[in-house]
Amino acid sequence: MKITLFIPCFIDQYYPGAGIGMVRILEKLGHSVDYPESQTCCGQPAFNSGYWDEARSVAETMLDAFRDAEAVVGGSGSCGAMLKVFYPELFHGRPREAEAKALAAKTHEFSSFLVNVLGVGDLGASFPAKATFHDGCHGLRELGIKREPRELLKHVRGLELVEMKEAETCCGFGGTFSVKFPEISTAMGEVKCASILETGAELVISNDSSCLMQIQGLFDRQGQKIKSMHLAEVLAHF
Amino acid sequence: MSTESAQFHRDADRLTHDLRHRAWIQKALGGYYVKRDEQKAKYTDWQQARAAAAAAKYEAVNHLDKYLVELTDKLAARGTKVFWAADGAEAAEYIASVARDAGVKRIIKSKTMTGEEIHLPQALEKAGLEVVESDLGEFIVQLRGEPPYHIVFPSMHLTRGEIDGTFQKKLGSAHADTPEELTMIARGVMRQKYCEADMGISGANFAVAETGHISITENEGNARLSTSLPKVLVSIVGIEKVVPKLDDLAVLLPMLATAGAAQNMTCYNTLLGGPRQPGETDGPREFHVVLLDNRRTALLADAEQRDALHCIRCGACLNVCPIFKNIGGHSYGTTYQGPIGSVITPHLRGLQSWKHLSFSSSLCGACAETCPVKIDLHHHLLQNRRNAIEQKPVWWEKPIFAGFAWFMRRPRLYRFAAPLLRLTAPVLHAIRGKDIDPLSMWTRTRDLPAPPSQSFKEYWRDRNAKR
Amino acid sequence: MPNDSREKILRSIREALSVKAPARHLAGTGAAASGHKPQDWLPPVPSSPAELIALFEKNSLDLKTEVRHCADAAAAASELAALARENNWKSVGSHHFALGTETVSALGLPVVFTDQPYETADLERCDGGISGCDCLVAQTGGILVTSASAGGRVLSVLPPHHVVIASAGQLVGDLADAFAVLRKTYGSPPAFVSFITGPSRTGDIERILVLGAHGPKKLTVLLVQS
Repeated sequence: MKITLFIPCFIDQYYPGAGIGMVRILEKLGHSVDYPESQTCCGQPAFNSGYWDEARSVAETMLDAFRDAEAVVGGSGSCGAMLKVFYPELFHGRPREAEAKALAAKTHEFSSFLVNVLGVGDLGASFPAKATFHDGCHGLRELGIKREPRELLKHVRGLELVEMKEAETCCGFGGTFSVKFPEISTAMGEVKCASILETGAELVISNDSSCLMQIQGLFDRQGQKIKSMHLAEVLAHF
Repeated sequence: MSTESAQFHRDADRLTHDLRHRAWIQKALGGYYVKRDEQKAKYTDWQQARAAAAAAKYEAVNHLDKYLVELTDKLAARGTKVFWAADGAEAAEYIASVARDAGVKRIIKSKTMTGEEIHLPQALEKAGLEVVESDLGEFIVQLRGEPPYHIVFPSMHLTRGEIDGTFQKKLGSAHADTPEELTMIARGVMRQKYCEADMGISGANFAVAETGHISITENEGNARLSTSLPKVLVSIVGIEKVVPKLDDLAVLLPMLATAGAAQNMTCYNTLLGGPRQPGETDGPREFHVVLLDNRRTALLADAEQRDALHCIRCGACLNVCPIFKNIGGHSYGTTYQGPIGSVITPHLRGLQSWKHLSFSSSLCGACAETCPVKIDLHHHLLQNRRNAIEQKPVWWEKPIFAGFAWFMRRPRLYRFAAPLLRLTAPVLHAIRGKDIDPLSMWTRTRDLPAPPSQSFKEYWRDRNAKR
Repeated sequence: MPNDSREKILRSIREALSVKAPARHLAGTGAAASGHKPQDWLPPVPSSPAELIALFEKNSLDLKTEVRHCADAAAAASELAALARENNWKSVGSHHFALGTETVSALGLPVVFTDQPYETADLERCDGGISGCDCLVAQTGGILVTSASAGGRVLSVLPPHHVVIASAGQLVGDLADAFAVLRKTYGSPPAFVSFITGPSRTGDIERILVLGAHGPKKLTVLLVQS
């Protein structure tokens, strides 16, 4: 199958390892991977801030970039939700609505794609560590992803996965929320970090790098040794 | 920034740094989650129950005129006086006139958020009437001169020590160590008030059109007493409280209990359809139901957000909201807190002044996931944001997002973002968290990741070059 | 009411409703829902009388409602006398009802009857209130009362100990069944109807459960078999 990668802007800029992990995994599974270089950003910052015209204008570049794709696989729950759930909303009653709906229908979040479309579980990965998984809110509640990352991680040799008490509680990132309401965002992040530390894990994994930016940003400021990795980076250890 | 928004930022800032408050609220709600999940697990199918509850409210709200007329007719047939109030002032004026005409001096009140919304107690006190809150939590915050902290648990932010202090100061009571002792003090005070009051005021959780009843849900029994003992009863009911059929309550009452307080069923669920009828030996001689609009019809007209009127005021969305848990109920500065408050307050009190409530959310969606009547809460926050900006873009944001869009439409320019980030990283790191740092909103409390040696785009280009 | 805003509000409503709202709540439920009554989704209710009683008892235990089984009216009378002794009752409130009238008078205590004109102050001083009910609800552990079945609107909530004398045959499954009893007994439901589910309670102070907030601190059901 030809798989087209959707690499969100902050994975491109800050966490390319997540994207590289996705490439390695999909190629190991025997698929050809395409990456339209004309993609930039899904437009969510403008969308969440109420600037839907500007968001639409950015979204149009994504409609163009993925026009010929069969399956679009993205490495982020929140950006995946933007394409899958919010693009139809954004283009409702407007030109290119059909394209937006088509793109939504063919977009998948990475772990969901592996488990539900490709039907794989064991990728032959090994990563000895005690880890916990943080469910990014958009992936969890907009895309219904909960089981899939755990399904994949349980096959990783040497990985001990413990659930934290507040796995489903928001880390406080929320995109522009994190800088518009930094006090609230930080408080929420502190609660999440405390919950992670309580598990005794040395690694926190998530399917959303934006959450990890918040969580690791707080851990680093606190001087904590704990590391964070995107799901794809862990699974690509083979 | 509106004054309301500035106040919100100040209060949120203060509360989010209050680690005692944070720990206290986490503890207070901890038990709720466990019990609520136990309760939900007993349901044959909780998700189907939500759909059924939502269907009942959808029917009611989308045929509101028909059901309000039916409700009014059935109530009136038993001698109830039904008054339709366009806004809070009309409602307060009517209720004050009822009190005047009946020679009322002392009013006892059971919990009504609708009454809070229109500042009814204050309006009646101004008219020279004594108004006592009978709900324990409301009674406590009334004594302290504070607004309720949570629509269901008004005093959850207070310790027994604080409540004891208040009781000693305001009631002259003896020192009390336990919640039990404090509750008995309040019980003793209230008992006399019930018997002495000449008017009771209540709210309602539901209003049944088919049979002409209002329905009041409570645990303490104060509403039962406030609505039975005084000679005059006034119930203030938002027009959206209507449900079509009595049997709808067979689902709504248990779900209200489960979602709101993790109970199987709340202690007292009472239907009131009229004043003392022939053959009854007690109950109020006069029963007035005040149906309140107060901009609910404006929310009704917003078809996209109309389901916000399904709300049964259970408080579940507050209980699961990480924003609420960190900023506390008082920071909202308005009657309805939490996610539902953030959705409806801009409609009820003005979009531009209150839009900050819709913006102060990470949109995690826990609220919509938990809502027993399936209100699309977090998406309504997005819609409020869009509406606010369409009406009046923020002067300095508009050029930033225009620039963002301009830049993101140009992949060839976007390529330069990565090297630019790498170039500026050391400088930004050196000034991080300081006032001159443009990213200080982030870096005051958090580190930024170091930009990688290669962006994904650069990696991909290299990869293709090698092949 | 001539001076109110009824017409204005109805006009606003009709105008608002001219635009249809999306029925989002229907998403994800589909065919599974058809053919079911809404109450089918609530906690399941057994059908056999023995299981219903067991469910009612389990819920009562959780609620701290005391249930005492009585083989017949005579047993109920002696249980009531025991309650009076255990709780040191000096006076009680009650009304005239099939299961109660003789049993209450046998106590030999002053009785404030609430199904005839009475003074609130007298009822307020009573240690117990003894009433009948319309039915018992197994699913919730609740008791359905109306003015007619429970001696008015106040008897079942003012005295600090409420005792309900009910027959086992009054036990129904869920709230929908209770509403059916209401319709059957009264035609259209009366002006005062209340579900009582346990003694009065509050969690308003530190979320710690306290019984007897304003309503009765104790609730006892004397369940008469025959």
